[in-house]
Amino acid sequence: MGYGDVQMIDANGIRNDGRKAGDVRPISIELGVVPVADGSCRMKWGTNDVIAAIYGPMEAHPRKIQRQDRAVLDVRYNMAPFSTSDRIRPGFNRRSREISKVTAEALESVVMLELYPRSKIRVEIEIICAEAGTRCVGLTAASVALAHAGIPMTDIVVSVASGKINDVVVCDLNKAEDNYGEADLPMGVLPNSGELVFLQMDGDLSPEEFQEAWDYNMNAAMVIHDYCVEALKTGRYPQ
Amino acid sequence: MKGVLVARLDNMTERKNAAGPQDNQRATQLVAPGEDLGDSEGHELGHGVIAIDGRIRATKNGRVNVNGNTISIEPRRTAYVPRPGDLVIGYIEGCTNNIWFVDIGAPFNAILPMSLGPSKADFGGTRSVIDIGEAILCRVQEVEETHSSVVTMKGMGLRKIRSGAVENIDPHLLGRLIGKQGKALRQLKEESECRVIVGDNGRLWIDGDFNGTLEVRNRLRSLTAEAKAVTLGGVA
Repeated sequence: MGYGDVQMIDANGIRNDGRKAGDVRPISIELGVVPVADGSCRMKWGTNDVIAAIYGPMEAHPRKIQRQDRAVLDVRYNMAPFSTSDRIRPGFNRRSREISKVTAEALESVVMLELYPRSKIRVEIEIICAEAGTRCVGLTAASVALAHAGIPMTDIVVSVASGKINDVVVCDLNKAEDNYGEADLPMGVLPNSGELVFLQMDGDLSPEEFQEAWDYNMNAAMVIHDYCVEALKTGRYPQ
Repeated sequence: MKGVLVARLDNMTERKNAAGPQDNQRATQLVAPGEDLGDSEGHELGHGVIAIDGRIRATKNGRVNVNGNTISIEPRRTAYVPRPGDLVIGYIEGCTNNIWFVDIGAPFNAILPMSLGPSKADFGGTRSVIDIGEAILCRVQEVEETHSSVVTMKGMGLRKIRSGAVENIDPHLLGRLIGKQGKALRQLKEESECRVIVGDNGRLWIDGDFNGTLEVRNRLRSLTAEAKAVTLGGVA
């Protein structure tokens, strides 16, 4: 039996937090929360709370990381020690290193790095409160903060995860669903072109389930993109 | 005026083919990066836009500006990118025997070779002419493709700043500070009785008595607050 018998969705398709399968947790976005940064964004997504701050473009140090034809993105994803019930040991670890890397690679596909040769753009993502899907929140917040900093970009990356719980595919997993669910599929999408820039999968999904999770992610990304655009236009979402 | 149609909020059409300003074609339309701005054919691309597959896309967060057939974006925030001929205020960050490194607010420090310095100095005597931390008024002489730039102090009025204060403002707000044909700036100088020199990198040298300097500072602060209110609350 073990974790498999935890009931997370009822016969009517209502999840343990009252959402339906395709619903996303409530989102709020605020810009300019770090006044000294060139651009910043605080995104609350369900219980997740993330601050992203952008510094630069600036001279890339150390010199060996400089690229003669483009800028480099220096992404640092970090979870605050108090962000979860188990204290997180401060500093870089295997997980944060991996997330920093995939976030940088996703952002590299939209930021017009060739405009700033030999420079560095520092992207700091700090997780203040973690529930589930912090890498998605971090990536989305970082791309909104980059836009806020006036860095030229071809699109905004919106990231969202879907997964499988009790053999049902659902959108935007919460903590219980993430811990006890069967699969998790985080995706990073460019809403204007429909391109995919980030994809990971944890667990097993059949091709049909994968397609369903994909569709949920795509639809949710379009909705979240509208929130991000409104935040960029007015400084916050919701008003 | 009976029977004449007057434009009011309640009788405005939502049709996209109606004449006059429309939701998606307003000159002051705010956009986010990636937003589609229509067909690129017949349009010149200005700052902050690119053409992808025949469509114009915004690359910055800001206001759309349509000037003739040129589409550009007036960004909300921007980093200073030096151009040859710019008058800038810089701080000396370091020096070697014959070169000063100058922070001009750009991604990269500019260099000021001794040959372009303010006065004759012996090899190794750079610090005795301009020391680290001092501010200078200089001009950008050359910008390379890799963004490294050379500044010069040879020219009218270029000097070491020995008095007054240096203040900062976002470079994209300089237009508002200066006004049409320098009108707003002239007025500010007259009111405050200060000497104000505006660098293209958003740094200003204010030289005058205490109250005058304070007046200029308040003006800068209100300008920044105004710009924020306009962009945040949509007051414009």
